[in-house]
Amino acid sequence: MSETKLPLYGDLADPTPKISVRGLDFFYGNHQALYANDLDIAPNRVTAVIGPSGCGKSTHLRVYNRIFELYRDQQAKGEVLLNGESIFAPSVKLLELRRRIGMIFQKPTPFPMSVYENVAYGIRLHYTVAKSELDGRVEEALKGAALWEEVRDLLNRPGTALSGGQQQRLCIARAIAVEPEVLLMDEPTSAIDPIATAKIEELVEGLKGRYTLVIVTHNMQQAARISDFTAFFFKGYIIEFGETKQIFTNPKNKKTEEYITGRFG
Amino acid sequence: MKKASNTRRRELTDLTMRLVSGAASLIGIFFLVWILWTVAKNGLAAFNYDFFTALPTPPGIEGGGLANAIVGTLLITAMAALIGVPLGLFTGVYLAEFGKNTRFGGMVRFTINITMGIPSIIVGLFVYTLLVLPFKHFSAYAGAVSLAIIMLPVVARTTEDMLGLVPNALRESALAIGMPRWRAIVSILFRSARSGLLTGILLAVARVSGETAPLLFTAMNSPYWMKGLAEPTANLTVTIFNYAMSPFDDWKTLAWGASLLIMVTVLGVNLFARTLLREKTR
Ligand SMILES: Nc1ncnc2c1ncn2[C@@H]1O[C@H](COP(=O)(O)OP(=O)(O)OP(=O)(O)O)[C@@H](O)[C@H]1O
Ligand SMILES: [Mg+2]
Repeated sequence: MSETKLPLYGDLADPTPKISVRGLDFFYGNHQALYANDLDIAPNRVTAVIGPSGCGKSTHLRVYNRIFELYRDQQAKGEVLLNGESIFAPSVKLLELRRRIGMIFQKPTPFPMSVYENVAYGIRLHYTVAKSELDGRVEEALKGAALWEEVRDLLNRPGTALSGGQQQRLCIARAIAVEPEVLLMDEPTSAIDPIATAKIEELVEGLKGRYTLVIVTHNMQQAARISDFTAFFFKGYIIEFGETKQIFTNPKNKKTEEYITGRFG
Repeated sequence: MKKASNTRRRELTDLTMRLVSGAASLIGIFFLVWILWTVAKNGLAAFNYDFFTALPTPPGIEGGGLANAIVGTLLITAMAALIGVPLGLFTGVYLAEFGKNTRFGGMVRFTINITMGIPSIIVGLFVYTLLVLPFKHFSAYAGAVSLAIIMLPVVARTTEDMLGLVPNALRESALAIGMPRWRAIVSILFRSARSGLLTGILLAVARVSGETAPLLFTAMNSPYWMKGLAEPTANLTVTIFNYAMSPFDDWKTLAWGASLLIMVTVLGVNLFARTLLREKTR
């Protein structure tokens, strides 16, 4: 679709990307959803992924942690490098890859267990820790997700008993508890109210610097507020990529401009 | 003019349908209540201390109970559950999680559905040729195996259905923190679907606890306490069959008592299972 070579973020900022995507195609059975995606994700920054519904944003993100492999008919072709190493290499341990690349889903999905266990489960899964240390780590993760003050007295309550916004932050705590390097967020605020959304945006601000964040959003203000880089997806292609400031003030592609000014989408 | 008569006819048809279906349900309920009432009235007469604690006596001798049959039924059902529930659970897990769109999964599902429709007397006969004839004696374990075969497809089907209700998002979020597939199934999916799974197991137990035919050929019956799993074993349903056909009044009373006991247990388990399910859907 776009003939011009995309400027990868390497031309704009830090040298080594956290994640590099090259020539990524994706198939749902015979239906191709992604075409030749090239993208570099800057370390310890927020990269926003925007574009109209059904253009492949979720599909693209779901390749990074290879979660799509749960479904037999889905197939990715191309290369995705994490710290320069292919995530598809036979030597890659899938469970370790998913520890390093966490994912937050659109709808909060707390495990059917207590608030404490929701966070502790992943820690026990990947690390051998004494009970006292575990308590500390759970607290730390909940603080990291700006949830500790609200749930410190409710740790034994079921995770599903929290409010929607709290559940989403619980999922963030659960994800950061296993000490990932990357956090993928697929429309993390689209199912929760504006106040809870503001809290999560604030949280994202605090998380960057420690984690590399990739966030899919339909909310242009949100993308402009919280991200450093923005990728614009259209019909399975990455049409434009650049610094968020540039994309929102001076988009190079006509389609990008139309989309961010709300003329379609 | 024509329109009016059409409306009239439709109203008449409507009324007839209502009357017929109403009458049909009334007849159904009438028989159900009649059965419950008859079993309760006759069965209660059998309930006394001896019924639950004593061995049966030869005809004509006063007293006697079905203690050995009660213990036998409990034991055979428990053993059947011990075999049938894990096999059923794992089959259900395979169908829901691994074999969903595979050819083999489809074959398993088809076989499960067929097995569910096999008359229980045929299952009994099958186990008879497999576990009774070669060893030349009836046994509790042969009884348990035949009941387990009946339980397996029931548990497998409910397990598949209940796991199918768990949203994919929960599956994915378990895997997304680096959980191995089997752990996601056991500690997240099972837990999420637990009341549904338990309901399926309870309904399967309730279903087999009234089965007679498969035990007739396998566990048989016995007037004594069981001496081991490889012996003919007293149980309530075959006792009902034997005693109800006998010409002795006190045996007939015991048969009514056994019927009431089974009916109450099955009813209780069903009610419990349904409250579990209601809690889940709430
Ligand atoms: N499970 C699936 N099976 C088949 N096709 C799918 C599946 N999921 C997505 N698709 C198709 O792939 C394309 C991209 O979908 P995707 O969910 O990645 O879009 P998206 O950009 O995330 O959209 P949205 O903003 O609505 O979340 C769409 O055409 C969609 O119909
Ligand atoms: Mg999406």
